[in-house]
Amino acid sequence: MIKYLLAFPILALVVIIQTAIAARMQLLSGSADLMLVVLAAWALQEEVETSWHWAVLGGLMIGLVSGAPIAATMLGYLSVVGLARLVLRRVWELPILAMFLVTFIGTLLFQTITYVALVASGSSIPVDEGFSLVVLPSVLLNLLIALPVSVVMRDLALWMYPMEEVK
Amino acid sequence: MKNLRSRSVQTAILFLVVTGILVLALSGYFSPVTNIFGGSLIGLQTWVSTRYLAITDFLTVPRDVAALRQQNAGYVAEIARLQAQVIELQNKVAQTDTLAALVDFSRSNPTNSYKAAAVIGRDSSPFLKYVIINRGSNDGIRQGMPVVTNQGLVGRVDAVISGASRVQLITDPSSLVSVFLQNSEADAIMKGSVSGELALEMLSQDAKVQAGDVVLTSGLGGEYPPDLLIGQVGNIRKRESDLFQEATVQPVVDFSRLEIVLVIVNFRPIDISPLVPDQSP
Repeated sequence: MIKYLLAFPILALVVIIQTAIAARMQLLSGSADLMLVVLAAWALQEEVETSWHWAVLGGLMIGLVSGAPIAATMLGYLSVVGLARLVLRRVWELPILAMFLVTFIGTLLFQTITYVALVASGSSIPVDEGFSLVVLPSVLLNLLIALPVSVVMRDLALWMYPMEEVK
Repeated sequence: MKNLRSRSVQTAILFLVVTGILVLALSGYFSPVTNIFGGSLIGLQTWVSTRYLAITDFLTVPRDVAALRQQNAGYVAEIARLQAQVIELQNKVAQTDTLAALVDFSRSNPTNSYKAAAVIGRDSSPFLKYVIINRGSNDGIRQGMPVVTNQGLVGRVDAVISGASRVQLITDPSSLVSVFLQNSEADAIMKGSVSGELALEMLSQDAKVQAGDVVLTSGLGGEYPPDLLIGQVGNIRKRESDLFQEATVQPVVDFSRLEIVLVIVNFRPIDISPLVPDQSP
Protein backbone atom coordinates (compact mmCIF):
# COMPACT_ATOMS: atom_id res chain seq x y z
CA MET A 1 0.00 0.00 0.00
CA ILE A 2 2.81 2.36 0.92
CA LYS A 3 4.25 1.84 -2.56
CA TYR A 4 1.11 3.39 -4.02
CA LEU A 5 0.80 6.14 -1.43
CA LEU A 6 4.41 7.20 -1.85
CA ALA A 7 3.58 8.38 -5.38
CA PHE A 8 1.59 11.32 -3.99
CA PRO A 9 4.40 13.17 -2.18
CA ILE A 10 7.01 12.28 -4.80
CA LEU A 11 4.93 13.40 -7.77
CA ALA A 12 3.73 16.49 -5.90
CA LEU A 13 7.38 17.40 -5.36
CA VAL A 14 8.05 16.80 -9.05
CA VAL A 15 5.17 19.12 -10.01
CA ILE A 16 6.53 21.83 -7.69
CA ILE A 17 10.04 21.55 -9.11
CA GLN A 18 8.65 21.39 -12.63
CA THR A 19 6.55 24.56 -12.39
CA ALA A 20 8.81 26.56 -10.09
CA ILE A 21 12.23 25.74 -11.54
CA ALA A 22 12.31 23.55 -14.67
CA ALA A 23 9.69 25.58 -16.58
CA ARG A 24 11.67 28.78 -15.95
CA MET A 25 14.85 27.39 -17.47
CA GLN A 26 14.09 27.75 -21.14
CA LEU A 27 16.06 26.99 -24.25
CA LEU A 28 14.51 29.04 -27.06
CA SER A 29 10.87 28.39 -26.14
CA GLY A 30 11.36 24.83 -24.96
CA SER A 31 11.74 23.61 -21.41
CA ALA A 32 12.51 20.35 -19.67
CA ASP A 33 9.60 18.13 -18.66
CA LEU A 34 10.73 16.68 -15.36
CA MET A 35 7.51 14.72 -14.89
CA LEU A 36 7.96 12.96 -18.23
CA VAL A 37 11.56 12.00 -17.47
CA VAL A 38 10.67 10.83 -13.95
CA LEU A 39 7.81 8.67 -15.23
CA ALA A 40 10.01 7.23 -17.99
CA ALA A 41 12.83 6.43 -15.55
CA TRP A 42 10.39 4.88 -13.09
CA ALA A 43 8.74 2.72 -15.75
CA LEU A 44 12.15 1.47 -16.89
CA GLN A 45 12.88 -0.05 -13.47
CA GLU A 46 12.32 -3.77 -13.83
CA GLU A 47 10.96 -4.41 -10.34
CA VAL A 48 8.51 -1.49 -10.35
CA GLU A 49 4.83 -2.46 -10.61
CA THR A 50 3.23 0.94 -10.09
CA SER A 51 4.38 2.81 -13.19
CA TRP A 52 0.87 3.03 -14.72
CA HIS A 53 -0.55 4.43 -11.49
CA TRP A 54 2.24 6.97 -11.40
CA ALA A 55 1.46 7.98 -15.00
CA VAL A 56 -2.22 8.55 -14.22
CA LEU A 57 -1.44 10.49 -11.04
CA GLY A 58 1.32 12.53 -12.70
CA GLY A 59 -0.91 13.32 -15.68
CA LEU A 60 -3.70 14.37 -13.36
CA MET A 61 -1.45 16.62 -11.29
CA ILE A 62 0.18 18.32 -14.28
CA GLY A 63 -3.18 18.55 -16.04
CA LEU A 64 -4.64 20.44 -13.11
CA VAL A 65 -1.78 22.92 -13.01
CA SER A 66 -1.25 23.34 -16.75
CA GLY A 67 -3.37 25.16 -19.27
CA ALA A 68 -3.08 22.22 -21.64
CA PRO A 69 -6.12 19.89 -21.91
CA ILE A 70 -5.96 17.37 -19.08
CA ALA A 71 -6.85 14.47 -21.40
CA ALA A 72 -3.84 15.28 -23.58
CA THR A 73 -1.51 15.40 -20.60
CA MET A 74 -2.82 12.11 -19.26
CA LEU A 75 -2.66 10.42 -22.65
CA GLY A 76 0.85 11.79 -23.23
CA TYR A 77 2.26 10.43 -19.97
CA LEU A 78 0.49 7.09 -20.39
CA SER A 79 2.04 6.81 -23.86
CA VAL A 80 5.51 7.50 -22.44
CA VAL A 81 5.07 4.85 -19.75
CA GLY A 82 3.70 2.41 -22.35
CA LEU A 83 6.74 3.03 -24.51
CA ALA A 84 9.07 2.51 -21.55
CA ARG A 85 7.41 -0.78 -20.58
CA LEU A 86 7.60 -1.92 -24.20
CA VAL A 87 11.32 -1.19 -24.33
CA LEU A 88 11.78 -2.90 -20.97
CA ARG A 89 9.92 -6.01 -22.12
CA ARG A 90 12.39 -6.36 -24.96
CA VAL A 91 14.97 -7.11 -22.27
CA TRP A 92 17.15 -4.17 -23.04
CA GLU A 93 20.67 -4.84 -21.84
CA LEU A 94 21.75 -1.21 -21.65
CA PRO A 95 19.47 0.68 -19.27
CA ILE A 96 21.13 4.04 -19.99
CA LEU A 97 20.53 3.69 -23.72
CA ALA A 98 16.96 2.59 -22.99
CA MET A 99 16.48 5.71 -20.87
CA PHE A 100 17.79 7.99 -23.61
CA LEU A 101 15.68 6.22 -26.24
CA VAL A 102 12.49 6.46 -24.19
CA THR A 103 13.20 10.11 -23.31
CA PHE A 104 13.82 11.01 -26.95
CA ILE A 105 10.85 9.22 -28.49
CA GLY A 106 8.64 9.87 -25.45
CA THR A 107 9.22 13.64 -25.61
CA LEU A 108 8.42 13.72 -29.32
CA LEU A 109 5.29 11.67 -28.66
CA PHE A 110 4.17 13.76 -25.71
CA GLN A 111 4.75 17.09 -27.46
CA THR A 112 2.95 15.87 -30.57
CA ILE A 113 -0.08 14.85 -28.51
CA THR A 114 -0.05 18.22 -26.71
CA TYR A 115 0.32 20.10 -29.99
CA VAL A 116 -2.59 18.27 -31.63
CA ALA A 117 -4.77 18.86 -28.57
CA LEU A 118 -3.93 22.58 -28.47
CA VAL A 119 -4.56 23.05 -32.18
CA ALA A 120 -7.82 21.14 -31.86
CA SER A 121 -8.87 23.43 -29.02
CA GLY A 122 -8.30 26.56 -31.11
CA SER A 123 -4.66 27.60 -30.70
CA SER A 124 -2.93 28.49 -33.93
CA ILE A 125 0.65 27.33 -33.59
CA PRO A 126 2.62 26.96 -36.84
CA VAL A 127 4.10 23.47 -37.14
CA ASP A 128 7.60 24.68 -38.03
CA GLU A 129 7.69 27.14 -35.11
CA GLY A 130 6.36 24.53 -32.72
CA PHE A 131 8.92 21.99 -33.84
CA SER A 132 12.01 24.21 -33.98
CA LEU A 133 11.28 26.46 -31.00
CA VAL A 134 9.55 24.06 -28.62
CA VAL A 135 9.88 20.38 -29.46
CA LEU A 136 13.57 20.13 -30.37
CA PRO A 137 14.86 22.28 -27.47
CA SER A 138 12.59 20.34 -25.09
CA VAL A 139 13.99 17.04 -26.38
CA LEU A 140 17.53 18.29 -25.78
CA LEU A 141 16.76 19.52 -22.26
CA ASN A 142 14.98 16.28 -21.38
CA LEU A 143 17.97 14.28 -22.61
CA LEU A 144 20.23 16.44 -20.42
CA ILE A 145 18.32 15.63 -17.26
CA ALA A 146 17.62 12.01 -18.21
CA LEU A 147 20.78 10.57 -16.70
CA PRO A 148 20.66 12.16 -13.21
CA VAL A 149 16.92 11.50 -12.95
CA SER A 150 17.49 7.89 -13.97
CA VAL A 151 20.08 7.45 -11.20
CA VAL A 152 17.75 8.95 -8.58
CA MET A 153 14.82 6.80 -9.68
CA ARG A 154 17.03 3.69 -9.66
CA ASP A 155 17.96 4.42 -6.03
CA LEU A 156 14.31 5.02 -5.18
CA ALA A 157 13.32 1.73 -6.82
CA LEU A 158 16.01 -0.15 -4.88
CA TRP A 159 14.77 1.45 -1.67
CA MET A 160 11.11 0.67 -2.36
CA TYR A 161 11.74 -2.80 -3.78
CA PRO A 162 14.65 -4.34 -1.89
CA MET A 163 16.69 -6.97 -3.73
CA GLU A 164 15.13 -9.96 -1.98
CA GLU A 165 11.79 -9.09 -3.51
CA VAL A 166 13.22 -8.97 -7.00
CA LYS A 167 12.45 -12.12 -8.91
CA MET B 1 109.62 43.74 53.96
CA LYS B 2 111.52 43.88 50.71
CA ASN B 3 108.76 41.81 49.00
CA LEU B 4 106.10 44.09 50.32
CA ARG B 5 107.88 47.13 48.91
CA SER B 6 108.43 45.54 45.50
CA ARG B 7 104.70 44.51 45.30
CA SER B 8 103.64 48.08 46.08
CA VAL B 9 105.96 49.32 43.37
CA GLN B 10 104.47 46.81 40.88
CA THR B 11 100.93 47.90 41.79
CA ALA B 12 101.86 51.53 41.40
CA ILE B 13 103.48 50.88 38.02
CA LEU B 14 100.43 48.88 36.85
CA PHE B 15 98.11 51.64 38.02
CA LEU B 16 100.19 54.25 36.19
CA VAL B 17 100.28 52.17 32.99
CA VAL B 18 96.48 51.60 33.07
CA THR B 19 95.85 55.26 33.86
CA GLY B 20 98.18 56.23 31.04
CA ILE B 21 96.43 53.96 28.57
CA LEU B 22 93.03 55.31 29.64
CA VAL B 23 94.27 58.89 29.31
CA LEU B 24 95.71 58.15 25.88
CA ALA B 25 92.49 56.37 24.81
CA LEU B 26 90.28 59.16 26.07
CA SER B 27 92.54 61.66 24.36
CA GLY B 28 91.90 59.93 21.01
CA TYR B 29 95.41 58.60 20.45
CA PHE B 30 94.11 55.03 20.13
CA SER B 31 91.39 55.85 17.54
CA PRO B 32 93.05 54.12 14.56
CA VAL B 33 93.58 50.99 16.59
CA THR B 34 90.05 50.97 18.01
CA ASN B 35 88.62 51.66 14.57
CA ILE B 36 90.32 48.60 13.14
CA PHE B 37 89.30 46.32 16.00
CA GLY B 38 85.87 47.91 16.40
CA GLY B 39 85.11 47.57 12.70
CA SER B 40 86.05 43.94 12.71
CA LEU B 41 83.97 43.28 15.77
CA ILE B 42 80.97 45.06 14.34
CA GLY B 43 81.31 43.10 11.11
CA LEU B 44 81.45 39.89 13.05
CA GLN B 45 78.53 40.96 15.20
CA THR B 46 76.50 41.79 12.11
CA TRP B 47 77.32 38.46 10.49
CA VAL B 48 76.38 36.50 13.60
CA SER B 49 73.24 38.53 14.13
CA THR B 50 72.14 38.11 10.52
CA ARG B 51 72.72 34.38 10.60
CA TYR B 52 70.91 34.09 13.90
CA LEU B 53 67.91 35.97 12.57
CA ALA B 54 67.93 33.88 9.41
CA ILE B 55 67.95 30.68 11.43
CA THR B 56 65.26 32.05 13.73
CA ASP B 57 63.13 32.98 10.71
CA PHE B 58 63.67 29.58 9.17
CA LEU B 59 62.51 27.91 12.35
CA THR B 60 59.54 30.19 12.98
CA VAL B 61 58.19 30.71 9.39
CA PRO B 62 56.15 27.49 9.22
CA ARG B 63 54.38 28.51 12.37
CA ASP B 64 53.60 31.90 10.81
CA VAL B 65 52.28 30.29 7.60
CA ALA B 66 49.93 28.15 9.60
CA ALA B 67 48.77 31.20 11.49
CA LEU B 68 48.35 33.14 8.23
CA ARG B 69 46.45 30.29 6.67
CA GLN B 70 44.12 30.19 9.62
CA GLN B 71 43.71 33.95 9.45
CA ASN B 72 43.10 33.76 5.69
CA ALA B 73 40.46 31.07 6.14
CA GLY B 74 38.78 33.33 8.65
CA TYR B 75 38.82 36.21 6.17
CA VAL B 76 37.48 33.98 3.36
CA ALA B 77 34.61 32.84 5.57
CA GLU B 78 33.91 36.43 6.54
CA ILE B 79 33.92 37.52 2.87
CA ALA B 80 31.54 34.68 1.97
CA ARG B 81 29.22 35.68 4.80
CA LEU B 82 29.31 39.33 3.74
CA GLN B 83 28.72 38.41 0.08
CA ALA B 84 25.69 36.35 1.07
CA GLN B 85 24.47 39.29 3.12
CA VAL B 86 25.00 41.66 0.17
CA ILE B 87 23.01 39.35 -2.15
CA GLU B 88 20.24 39.07 0.40
CA LEU B 89 20.11 42.83 0.82
CA GLN B 90 20.20 43.39 -2.95
CA ASN B 91 17.22 41.04 -3.30
CA LYS B 92 15.38 42.93 -0.59
CA VAL B 93 16.16 46.24 -2.28
CA ALA B 94 14.95 44.91 -5.65
CA GLN B 95 11.78 43.57 -4.04
CA THR B 96 11.20 46.86 -2.22
CA ASP B 97 11.73 48.78 -5.47
CA THR B 98 9.21 46.55 -7.24
CA LEU B 99 6.66 46.94 -4.47
CA ALA B 100 7.22 50.71 -4.35
CA ALA B 101 6.70 50.91 -8.13
CA LEU B 102 3.51 48.86 -7.82
CA VAL B 103 2.24 51.11 -5.01
CA ASP B 104 3.00 54.17 -7.16
CA PHE B 105 1.20 52.56 -10.07
CA SER B 106 -1.91 51.76 -8.01
CA ARG B 107 -1.92 55.32 -6.61
CA SER B 108 -1.69 56.77 -10.09
CA ASN B 109 -4.64 54.62 -11.22
CA PRO B 110 -7.11 55.12 -8.37
CA THR B 111 -10.10 53.95 -10.42
CA ASN B 112 -8.92 50.36 -10.22
CA SER B 113 -8.61 48.13 -7.16
CA TYR B 114 -5.58 45.91 -7.11
CA LYS B 115 -4.51 42.76 -5.38
CA ALA B 116 -0.77 42.08 -5.40
CA ALA B 117 0.38 38.52 -6.04
CA ALA B 118 3.69 36.73 -6.43
CA VAL B 119 4.45 34.59 -9.45
CA ILE B 120 5.19 31.13 -8.06
CA GLY B 121 5.43 29.04 -11.19
CA ARG B 122 5.07 28.66 -14.92
CA ASP B 123 3.09 26.27 -17.06
CA SER B 124 4.81 22.95 -17.53
CA SER B 125 3.94 22.87 -21.23
CA PRO B 126 6.38 24.93 -23.28
CA PHE B 127 3.67 25.53 -25.89
CA LEU B 128 1.76 27.65 -23.42
CA LYS B 129 2.56 30.98 -21.76
CA TYR B 130 0.87 30.82 -18.40
CA VAL B 131 2.07 31.72 -14.92
CA ILE B 132 0.77 30.64 -11.55
CA ILE B 133 0.21 33.30 -8.85
CA ASN B 134 -0.24 32.82 -5.13
CA ARG B 135 -3.68 34.47 -4.85
CA GLY B 136 -6.96 32.69 -5.47
CA SER B 137 -10.68 32.85 -4.84
CA ASN B 138 -10.08 33.33 -1.11
CA ASP B 139 -8.47 36.66 -2.00
CA GLY B 140 -11.30 37.74 -4.27
CA ILE B 141 -9.67 36.69 -7.51
CA ARG B 142 -12.07 35.61 -10.23
CA GLN B 143 -11.68 34.19 -13.70
CA GLY B 144 -11.13 36.80 -16.40
CA MET B 145 -9.68 39.52 -14.19
CA PRO B 146 -6.87 41.48 -15.89
CA VAL B 147 -3.36 41.20 -14.52
CA VAL B 148 -0.83 44.03 -14.80
CA THR B 149 2.47 45.24 -13.44
CA ASN B 150 3.51 48.83 -12.88
CA GLN B 151 4.84 48.71 -16.45
CA GLY B 152 1.82 47.43 -18.29
CA LEU B 153 -0.54 44.60 -19.17
CA VAL B 154 0.50 41.04 -18.31
CA GLY B 155 -2.57 38.94 -19.10
CA ARG B 156 -5.75 37.74 -17.46
CA VAL B 157 -6.79 35.15 -14.92
CA ASP B 158 -7.59 31.89 -16.66
CA ALA B 159 -8.36 29.53 -13.79
CA VAL B 160 -8.79 29.96 -10.04
CA ILE B 161 -8.59 27.71 -7.02
CA SER B 162 -8.85 28.78 -3.39
CA GLY B 163 -5.22 29.73 -2.87
CA ALA B 164 -3.78 30.20 -6.35
CA SER B 165 -4.64 31.23 -9.89
CA ARG B 166 -3.39 30.55 -13.37
CA VAL B 167 -2.80 33.60 -15.53
CA GLN B 168 -2.74 33.48 -19.31
CA LEU B 169 -0.06 35.89 -20.53
CA ILE B 170 -0.72 38.10 -23.54
CA THR B 171 2.20 36.30 -25.21
CA ASP B 172 0.34 32.96 -25.18
CA PRO B 173 -0.40 31.67 -28.71
CA SER B 174 -4.15 31.58 -28.02
CA SER B 175 -4.27 35.05 -26.47
CA LEU B 176 -6.11 37.77 -28.42
CA VAL B 177 -6.30 41.36 -27.16
CA SER B 178 -8.17 44.24 -28.76
CA VAL B 179 -5.70 47.11 -28.92
CA PHE B 180 -5.64 50.75 -29.86
CA LEU B 181 -2.63 52.49 -31.39
CA GLN B 182 -2.47 55.83 -29.64
CA ASN B 183 -0.60 57.88 -32.25
CA SER B 184 -2.27 56.56 -35.37
CA GLU B 185 -5.67 56.11 -33.65
CA ALA B 186 -6.15 52.69 -35.22
CA ASP B 187 -7.69 49.55 -33.76
CA ALA B 188 -6.16 46.12 -34.17
CA ILE B 189 -6.02 42.64 -32.66
CA MET B 190 -2.85 41.64 -30.86
CA LYS B 191 -1.90 37.99 -30.89
CA GLY B 192 0.72 36.02 -28.96
CA SER B 193 2.95 33.28 -30.31
CA VAL B 194 5.00 30.28 -29.27
CA SER B 195 8.17 32.36 -29.40
CA GLY B 196 6.63 34.96 -27.07
CA GLU B 197 6.49 37.64 -29.76
CA LEU B 198 3.43 39.85 -30.09
CA ALA B 199 1.91 40.60 -33.48
CA LEU B 200 -0.76 43.03 -34.62
CA GLU B 201 -3.45 41.68 -36.95
CA MET B 202 -6.54 43.21 -38.53
CA LEU B 203 -4.71 46.51 -38.77
CA SER B 204 -6.31 48.64 -41.47
CA GLN B 205 -4.28 49.48 -44.56
CA ASP B 206 -5.40 53.10 -44.17
CA ALA B 207 -3.88 53.47 -40.72
CA LYS B 208 -0.67 55.50 -40.70
CA VAL B 209 1.27 53.31 -38.33
CA GLN B 210 4.83 54.14 -37.39
CA ALA B 211 7.43 52.27 -35.41
CA GLY B 212 7.32 53.44 -31.82
CA ASP B 213 3.55 54.01 -31.72
CA VAL B 214 2.18 53.30 -28.27
CA VAL B 215 -0.08 50.24 -28.03
CA LEU B 216 -2.89 50.31 -25.45
CA THR B 217 -5.86 48.08 -24.72
CA SER B 218 -8.96 49.38 -26.48
CA GLY B 219 -11.51 47.80 -24.17
CA LEU B 220 -13.41 46.41 -27.16
CA GLY B 221 -14.76 42.94 -26.55
CA GLY B 222 -15.06 43.56 -22.83
CA GLU B 223 -12.19 41.32 -21.81
CA TYR B 224 -9.81 44.07 -20.71
CA PRO B 225 -10.33 47.59 -19.41
CA PRO B 226 -9.29 50.31 -21.87
CA ASP B 227 -6.01 52.26 -21.87
CA LEU B 228 -3.74 49.70 -20.27
CA LEU B 229 -0.24 50.09 -21.68
CA ILE B 230 1.09 47.10 -23.65
CA GLY B 231 4.11 48.32 -25.55
CA GLN B 232 5.30 49.97 -28.74
CA VAL B 233 5.00 49.08 -32.40
CA GLY B 234 8.16 47.48 -33.75
CA ASN B 235 8.49 46.31 -37.35
CA ILE B 236 5.67 47.07 -39.77
CA ARG B 237 4.85 45.05 -42.88
CA LYS B 238 2.56 46.75 -45.34
CA ARG B 239 1.86 45.18 -48.73
CA GLU B 240 -0.71 46.48 -51.17
CA SER B 241 -1.84 42.96 -51.99
CA ASP B 242 -2.81 42.24 -48.37
CA LEU B 243 -6.10 43.18 -46.77
CA PHE B 244 -4.43 44.33 -43.56
CA GLN B 245 -1.10 45.62 -42.37
CA GLU B 246 0.95 43.53 -39.98
CA ALA B 247 3.22 44.74 -37.22
CA THR B 248 5.14 43.44 -34.24
CA VAL B 249 4.80 44.84 -30.75
CA GLN B 250 7.65 45.31 -28.31
CA PRO B 251 6.04 44.76 -24.90
CA VAL B 252 6.99 46.99 -21.98
CA VAL B 253 6.74 44.08 -19.56
CA ASP B 254 9.66 41.67 -19.35
CA PHE B 255 7.75 38.40 -19.26
CA SER B 256 10.83 36.34 -18.48
CA ARG B 257 11.33 38.13 -15.17
CA LEU B 258 7.82 38.36 -13.77
CA GLU B 259 7.95 38.24 -9.98
CA ILE B 260 5.11 40.35 -8.58
CA VAL B 261 1.92 41.27 -10.41
CA LEU B 262 -1.29 43.17 -9.68
CA VAL B 263 -4.72 41.70 -10.33
CA ILE B 264 -7.39 44.31 -11.10
CA VAL B 265 -10.11 42.94 -8.85
CA ASN B 266 -12.85 45.48 -9.60
CA PHE B 267 -12.98 44.62 -13.30
CA ARG B 268 -15.25 41.85 -14.49
CA PRO B 269 -15.03 40.80 -18.13
CA ILE B 270 -18.19 41.10 -20.15
CA ASP B 271 -19.32 38.10 -22.13
CA ILE B 272 -20.50 39.49 -25.46
CA SER B 273 -20.82 36.13 -27.20
CA PRO B 274 -24.68 36.20 -27.07
CA LEU B 275 -24.53 39.50 -28.98
CA VAL B 276 -22.34 38.10 -31.75
CA PRO B 277 -24.56 37.03 -34.67
CA ASP B 278 -24.54 33.35 -35.45
CA GLN B 279 -22.71 32.86 -38.73
CA SER B 280 -23.54 29.20 -39.23
CA PRO B 281 -25.67 28.47 -42.31
